[in-house]
Amino acid sequence: MSEARNNTAPSSVWKSVLRFGLVGGAIALYFCMVGMVAAFDQRFLVAGQLTLGDLVLYVGPFLAGLSTARALADRTAWQRLLFGLLAGAVAALPSILIMLFSQQVNIGAVFVSLSSPLINILTFGRGLPDGLPLLVGVFGLLGLLGAAYTFLSQQARNAVNLALLVIVTVALFSDIPIRVIEKYFSARVARAIFQGNALLPLSAVVLSLLTVGLSYFGSLRAAKKKVGESKKPERLILGRYPINQVLSWALVIAFLLVLPQTDRVLAHVMMFIGLYVMMGLGLNIEVGFAGLLDLGYVAIFAFGAYTIGILTTQAAIGTFGLSFWVALPIAVIVGVVFGALLGIPVLRMRGDYLAIVTLGFGEIIRLLALSDWLSPLVGGAQGIVRIPSPSIAGFDINSPERYYYLVLIGVALTAFLAVRLRDSRLGRQWMAMREDEDVAQSMGIDLVQTKLLAFAIGSASAGFAGAIFAARLGGIFPHSFSLIISITVLSAIIIGGFGSIPGVIVGAAVLVGLPELLREFNEYRFLIYGILLVVMMLTRPAGLLPTDTFKRELESLEEGDEGMNNPVSAGG
Amino acid sequence: MGRFFGRRINFGDLVVQLLQVVVLVIVVVALYNTITTGRYTSRHWVSLIFAGLAQGSIYALIALGYTMVYGILRMINFAHGEVYMAGAFSTVFLAQHFASNGFLNAQPVLAITVLILFAALVSMAVAFLLERIAYRPLRNAPRLIPLITAIGASFTLQYTFRGFYGTQFRSYPEVTALRGTVSLFGYSIPIVQLVVLAAAVVLMFVLYWYVERTKAGKAMRAVSEDKAVARLMGIDIDKVIVTTFLIGGALAGAAGVFNGLYRPQGVYYFMGFFPGVKAFTAAVLGGIGNIPGAMVGGLVLGMLESLGPNAILEGLGIPGANQLKDVIAFTFLVLILIFRPQGIFGERLREKKV
Repeated sequence: MSEARNNTAPSSVWKSVLRFGLVGGAIALYFCMVGMVAAFDQRFLVAGQLTLGDLVLYVGPFLAGLSTARALADRTAWQRLLFGLLAGAVAALPSILIMLFSQQVNIGAVFVSLSSPLINILTFGRGLPDGLPLLVGVFGLLGLLGAAYTFLSQQARNAVNLALLVIVTVALFSDIPIRVIEKYFSARVARAIFQGNALLPLSAVVLSLLTVGLSYFGSLRAAKKKVGESKKPERLILGRYPINQVLSWALVIAFLLVLPQTDRVLAHVMMFIGLYVMMGLGLNIEVGFAGLLDLGYVAIFAFGAYTIGILTTQAAIGTFGLSFWVALPIAVIVGVVFGALLGIPVLRMRGDYLAIVTLGFGEIIRLLALSDWLSPLVGGAQGIVRIPSPSIAGFDINSPERYYYLVLIGVALTAFLAVRLRDSRLGRQWMAMREDEDVAQSMGIDLVQTKLLAFAIGSASAGFAGAIFAARLGGIFPHSFSLIISITVLSAIIIGGFGSIPGVIVGAAVLVGLPELLREFNEYRFLIYGILLVVMMLTRPAGLLPTDTFKRELESLEEGDEGMNNPVSAGG
Repeated sequence: MGRFFGRRINFGDLVVQLLQVVVLVIVVVALYNTITTGRYTSRHWVSLIFAGLAQGSIYALIALGYTMVYGILRMINFAHGEVYMAGAFSTVFLAQHFASNGFLNAQPVLAITVLILFAALVSMAVAFLLERIAYRPLRNAPRLIPLITAIGASFTLQYTFRGFYGTQFRSYPEVTALRGTVSLFGYSIPIVQLVVLAAAVVLMFVLYWYVERTKAGKAMRAVSEDKAVARLMGIDIDKVIVTTFLIGGALAGAAGVFNGLYRPQGVYYFMGFFPGVKAFTAAVLGGIGNIPGAMVGGLVLGMLESLGPNAILEGLGIPGANQLKDVIAFTFLVLILIFRPQGIFGERLREKKV
């Protein structure tokens, strides 16, 4: 983007219109060809007006207008709007060309998404030649909106973003509010707000105005407050805990305890989120605290699950027939032991080699579980079935809600462990090691012991999660333990923020909860994970809820010399 | 834990050394068992060796991309397997088209050349975008960050092509000219294996010539040696890096077509993962950053994978040994990284890069 003080030359103006327009158009075309636009088009956000597919389609032209207006910051407002509009219109070109081309050559046989539903969406149901001007017009309008967005103040922008987020979230998860409203109020109230799964236009407008108003005036007031007021001493409970914090924690806990009671599907999803939070907290010890990038974490999860399977199954394979509660500690211990065992040979490795070796381990374990060789022991491709559900004193844990509470206990245990470890001497050793192994060693940290402890402790929660997973499903199969689980857990940590415990919880909730609740997303969940990983690393490598240490680390690296020639770097 | 062994002995080294002995003993015992039972004839072994060489030459071509990028950027381009997939998966449609209009069997040499060029072009485009969008902005970031980006890019590419072309398996058509066998020293070898091996070797020699003899290759070596100094010498670093990615992409695309000709069973969106990890193994085996090393590493790995199940696993009395082909490759990867991370030819690189 040009930073020229003077008016940009006319030729470069056209160049940036063309450039940003085409990039925006490429983004729009990409979402079309990948199939997201057509797949998400069934899902209305605002009844009759806006689908999720539209939203995805509109990102490209909007960004084109926005970037163009930003690049031409030295021009007058009208010119910026005009060129934003043009860039948006240009963004329609790639899609139009592909559609016209598909009329001549049958490339629909190659690109599965380039079908008549997609063309229908892009031409607004008007057929091919007639709908094209409309597409250019709509994209141009979006470019204009993108350009207009640059005029907003920071507060207004935040308010608009928030309103959009609120509407999309409410509309996407409308199942939950609808069911809650129907249960506790009446179906008529729900019908007044929603139609099907989508918001009614009026309620969407009211909701967005409400959000914009609250957010805008809230931030204005906050800004005013900051100027004048001195800090009031906070009231404390039990002499050390601030009352606000205690209250909000109590609220969160009550929410976590009550919410699954409202809905069975929700309880199931929250249980799954809980499993991933457990694994995320464990992997966070390895990756986030100690900087050991482990891609074979799923192997430990598998060890936990298979331990439960072998020890408790009532099928022919098992001869032990232990109860879940006896097998659970064994599963955790097996996880810890194998975590440490896998850790020993990789002690001398750093960074990328470690990642590849652990990935190799994970795949070896999965392939062995699948093989005929070990099938007398672990069931091969048929897996282990008939794993009984656990029970305490006649109280069977057999429904999603009950498993959820079991998982919640596990999460609470691991979270407690993680918090205490983070603030312990060992936690500080891990972080010192993450930042620089050589310096850490010269400060007297025993690298062998510290690394092995990270692997062992991090593995415990995966063993635990695997155990619950096996009992919940009642049967385990080798393909449940593919690399994708390691990647999901890793993504949760990274989205949330390296080493940040609340971050792991948010990350798991977003990455696991979203696709489970939204069937539309399920098809594209791994694509979205991949894009999220790349985008997060490019824009916010510290994550959504970063820890202070990691932020500082990144900043110091950016200020420092080129990391490229510097072999000693964070986590390396 | 170090305390139990006393301060003098490095615990990690001790374990590694013990492991080394154990692995050697297992392999020797297994080989001894296999040879003494005499279950397989020399014909069987030779056919396995050639199959391994053909497969290995495909690994080698992919490994070159890993090794070149590592040599220059010191990063593992985790998504390189997907670059290979992109070329192979996109070209299958063109190949099917050529087969249906008869071009493939009428003019096999020309048709296959076109296919290779097309695959190379697609893979180059993907590699170019990968470098431009995902890696370039992160060149000075901590090492963990580009690695995670690469993992994300790998998944993005897999599922992008899944979205483009669907989840179906597609097969390359069979080329009649490549059917049949030739007789070599009394052993009959499938033609397709020899062609793949020969073509791969030719490509490798072209690459070697390019890197060692041309001015652009010299610039590449200079950048891999020291970026700051290379820049002072007037070398456009960005251009060199892009060229590296493009060459790696082209070779991976070619490998994709060879794979299609050699093993037509099917291409699909996930096909890049295993060859990618194996090619990485080959690159490490040859000493990462070392071009001839990657070639040798690929061929060795291919043979090991092909011979391993029969020679080692069956010697240990493991049933269904051929299922465990990938386990052999992955175990080999782990063992190589543990025992000799500098690879066969990589002594010089050790302190600097590992």
